Amino acid sequence: MDALEIARWQFGITTVYHFMMVPLTIGLGLVVAIIQTLWYRTGRPEYLRMTKFWGKLFLINFIMGVATGIVQEFQFGMAWSEYSRFVGDVFGAPLALEALLAFFVESTFLGLWIFGWKQLKRGVHLACLWIAVIGSLFSAYFIIVANSWMQHPVGVEMIDGRPVMTDAWAVFTNNTALVAVPHTLFGALGVAGAFLLGIAWYHLWRRRHDGIDTVGADGRLIPGEAAIPGRDKADYTVWMRSLRIGAVVAMISFAGTALTGDLQGKLMFEQQPMKMAAAEAACHDGTGFSVLSVGNLGGKNCDDIVAVIEVPGILSYLAKGDFTTEVKGVNSLLPEYQEKYGTHLPDNPLYGDRAGTEIQYVPVMEVTYWGFRMMIGFGGLAAFAALLALWVTRKGTVPQSRWLMRLAVFGILAPFGANSAGWIFTEMGRQPFVVAPNPDMNGIDQVFMFTAAAVSPGVSAGELLTSLVVLTAIYAVLLVVEVRLLVKYVRGGVVSAMPELAHAATREGAKARADKHTKDKDDGGTPPSAGGDDVLAFAY
Amino acid sequence: MELLPTIWFIAIAVLWTGYLFLEGFDLGVGMLMKLFARNDTERRVLLNTIGPVWDGNEVWLLTAGGATFAAFPLWYASLFSALYLPLLLVLVALIFRAVAFEYRGKVDSERWRNGWDWAIALGSFFAAFGVGAALALTTTGLPLDANGDRDGGPFAWFNGYAVLGGLAVVVFALVHALAFLALKSDGEVRHRARAAFVRWVPLAALPMLAWSVAVQLIAGKPWTWALAAVAVCAVAAAWWLASRGREGRPFMALALFIAAAAASIFGAAYPVVLPSTLDPAFNLTVANASSSDYTLGLMSIVAAFGLPLVIAYQAWTYWVFRRRVSTDVIPAAHGFLPAIASKVLAGTDGAAAGDAGKAGR
Ligand code: HDD
Ligand code: HEM
Ligand code: HEM
Repeated sequence: MDALEIARWQFGITTVYHFMMVPLTIGLGLVVAIIQTLWYRTGRPEYLRMTKFWGKLFLINFIMGVATGIVQEFQFGMAWSEYSRFVGDVFGAPLALEALLAFFVESTFLGLWIFGWKQLKRGVHLACLWIAVIGSLFSAYFIIVANSWMQHPVGVEMIDGRPVMTDAWAVFTNNTALVAVPHTLFGALGVAGAFLLGIAWYHLWRRRHDGIDTVGADGRLIPGEAAIPGRDKADYTVWMRSLRIGAVVAMISFAGTALTGDLQGKLMFEQQPMKMAAAEAACHDGTGFSVLSVGNLGGKNCDDIVAVIEVPGILSYLAKGDFTTEVKGVNSLLPEYQEKYGTHLPDNPLYGDRAGTEIQYVPVMEVTYWGFRMMIGFGGLAAFAALLALWVTRKGTVPQSRWLMRLAVFGILAPFGANSAGWIFTEMGRQPFVVAPNPDMNGIDQVFMFTAAAVSPGVSAGELLTSLVVLTAIYAVLLVVEVRLLVKYVRGGVVSAMPELAHAATREGAKARADKHTKDKDDGGTPPSAGGDDVLAFAY
Repeated sequence: MELLPTIWFIAIAVLWTGYLFLEGFDLGVGMLMKLFARNDTERRVLLNTIGPVWDGNEVWLLTAGGATFAAFPLWYASLFSALYLPLLLVLVALIFRAVAFEYRGKVDSERWRNGWDWAIALGSFFAAFGVGAALALTTTGLPLDANGDRDGGPFAWFNGYAVLGGLAVVVFALVHALAFLALKSDGEVRHRARAAFVRWVPLAALPMLAWSVAVQLIAGKPWTWALAAVAVCAVAAAWWLASRGREGRPFMALALFIAAAAASIFGAAYPVVLPSTLDPAFNLTVANASSSDYTLGLMSIVAAFGLPLVIAYQAWTYWVFRRRVSTDVIPAAHGFLPAIASKVLAGTDGAAAGDAGKAGR
């Protein structure tokens, strides 16, 4: 592998990884803020418990988003210096604004939220969470503005061979971004929805399994109490309500992604027709949406591919809004691209060994075709499952089936899969360009950059390989750690995030298992009291 | 003179100064986890002094990087790609450090905590060293060719300046953290921190001053020499005030020290942002590395209201958490209480409880 390929793998791996943490941060952050608002307004204890429990999981995940985001920001300069030089005038601004206007807000106000339970008034404390959540929405907006400019450059002029920003308004209201932002945010909500649904299902199932909750003759649930801190009747309410919220959020999310995705499809048809064709593995012009295509999708020869099942008209609908417009296939697009952007990479030292080689305008179709379908499929699956879950739990609890419980828990992965697939499709469908040309004739047709020219010329393949291996290994280990901690706190239930519940139980003399822990007594420290320790315990 | 690029050069210098001042003490506290704290309770005191603020401090680094990208793309591209391996080390250090803060208290076991404590200490050390080395090299030069790319292989950047700059930031962070702990903690920790500060601060300022003098010798101007002198006075004042039992003022004197030192260094380097050691004709300067005036103007407007806002709400955070932290307020670590502990309920399987219990130890 040469430097370019390694750099691409590294960017893909680190970004997709970052984007596993990101949607959970955005989605769950929003949900926790809403729940805490409900607590603030009603004062009901189950909402406090939900805030603390989901808040704990939110934080375990949040930190990984922070840790991996830093890599993303440095990576442009480290591995893609030619890219940074080329686009810096436009692309740097949203990145800098993201740090200045969003990351500062997120990190500072989240710090206030974590540590401020006692120090701040209830309303101020809640406001801090909302501000942090809104900050994360802004960060999504800014980064997607940057990304959308790579998909569809606007607001620039070429001066001395580099795009120079001339119209910031056009850049920040790029229509590509205006639909990609809500699409991504709805996608993030889907992740949060399935997360709540799966975990709440597990707890409801466990309560039945442990004999705490029972079902009456009419099939309705009778919540019970166990003599374990946190497993009282209110605990039941926590999970049932979480499940319903999760299911509703998952369904809203899918409706939202479908609506905005439809708009994206129409833009893609105008802005990146080759990506559209590749998403369909469509060689010939046509109107049909392929449900299944077989053949050698990765091969160079497009004619191998046969659409086995095709629904006529749907592709035209995706692209144009009617059922008859012919959508161009690869075979008619290829000559157009070759004519406009050349058949061979220029003989420029920028391209290294690749200078003068033929340009592959067709993205890897296996990836675009299946990426597109997995995105829609996994998202739809999650929404359908959420609908079923609402139906199944209408009498107040989940069935006793262990398999259904497992399915609900594994279902958490579906929206993650949809998100990753969506990005992989979007980014790989853009190849061979890192900045795709804007085909609008009044626009800026000549602003584009081949990925092959973007990599840092001074950086050796050995250096890139080192970082690829190091980062991938660290990420793998940290994923295991994160998932295990999440599992631990999920099993721990609400008390694990609210030790004060256990202490309260101890004081009342209930049959609670007191804090067995006797190490660290060297400080002669005061035993944990229900009131005093919460602030610190919640964090460290 | 190039007005907007100069303003942005100053803005980036300010961002770096803010970073060194703010994250300086939390990097230092991180290293002190292993060098200073004597038991777990003390380590938790240390952690809780920086807990609410370290992430906000780290964003100063991201903003400095992002602003460099936006305002001087050529500087960003050349510096970051030339320093590929050292910056990789910084990234790894920052990853482990961030994760460690959040995860160390999540499993109640000696080994687990000890492992993450090392991650915090070493992560802080390498982050400080790497950032210091990178900053020193951007003021003293890298072997860059006409295109701004590094010549001479993955380690061509390595020289004495890199070590000096790395050392300067590491030891500054350490004494800065001692001053911070004297201000933010109480009891034993506070007194020991103050005593240690008085002992170490004169020595700890030396590498930073040496770096400043080195840059002055290459490109100094009278006013930057004067700033270097101010830095010397500031550190002397910090030492004198601390030895008379003060806590707040030495901390502020250190703020003056880092501001004056950074200003003397960046000021001397100006208008070059990244010198080439191969040929001065390849130097990246404020003029030839910057973005267009349009972009810089836009950024200026946003920063003019954004940066004061950031400073205001970060200051408010410090105010909210102004209370001193001492060992007395640190509760015993929580044993983990799994709700799903079916042993209490006869007749159900104990597997889940067993697992949760094991994970908790
Ligand atoms: C749609 C949203 C989205 C997308 C596409 C990305 N990110 Fe991200 N990023 C976030 C949404 C986000 C977030 C939700 O706002 C995070 C997660 C945790 C956090 O603090 O903010 C975040 C964290 C985060 C951080 C750490 C912030 C901190 O320390 O507080 C950095 C530096 C980046 N990101 C940079 C990037 C870059 C350079 C990306 C492009 C390749 C990128 N992110 C893709
Ligand atoms: C603003 C946000 C983003 C920017 C600026 C961005 C930019 C880039 C760049 C510069 C590359 C390298 C060139 C290339 O090989 O194509 C790339 C590749 C890639 N990106 Fe993005 N990206 C962004 C968001 C994302 C996200 C959120 C994901 C997924 C979670 C993603 C997935 C990928 C993948 C999979 C590749 C590899 C594609 C390939 O090399 O064929 N990107 N992107
Ligand atoms: C009917 C449903 C959907 C349609 C029609 C649709 C359509 C699209 C299209 C056309 C793109 C590519 C945009 C471009 O490259 O210009 C895209 C990207 C993407 N999709 Fe979807 N999508 C749907 C459902 C989902 C779901 C359920 C999720 C996640 C839960 C999701 C997540 C994403 C993501 C993360 C991207 C990449 C970022 C972006 O461009 O916004 N999509 N989608």
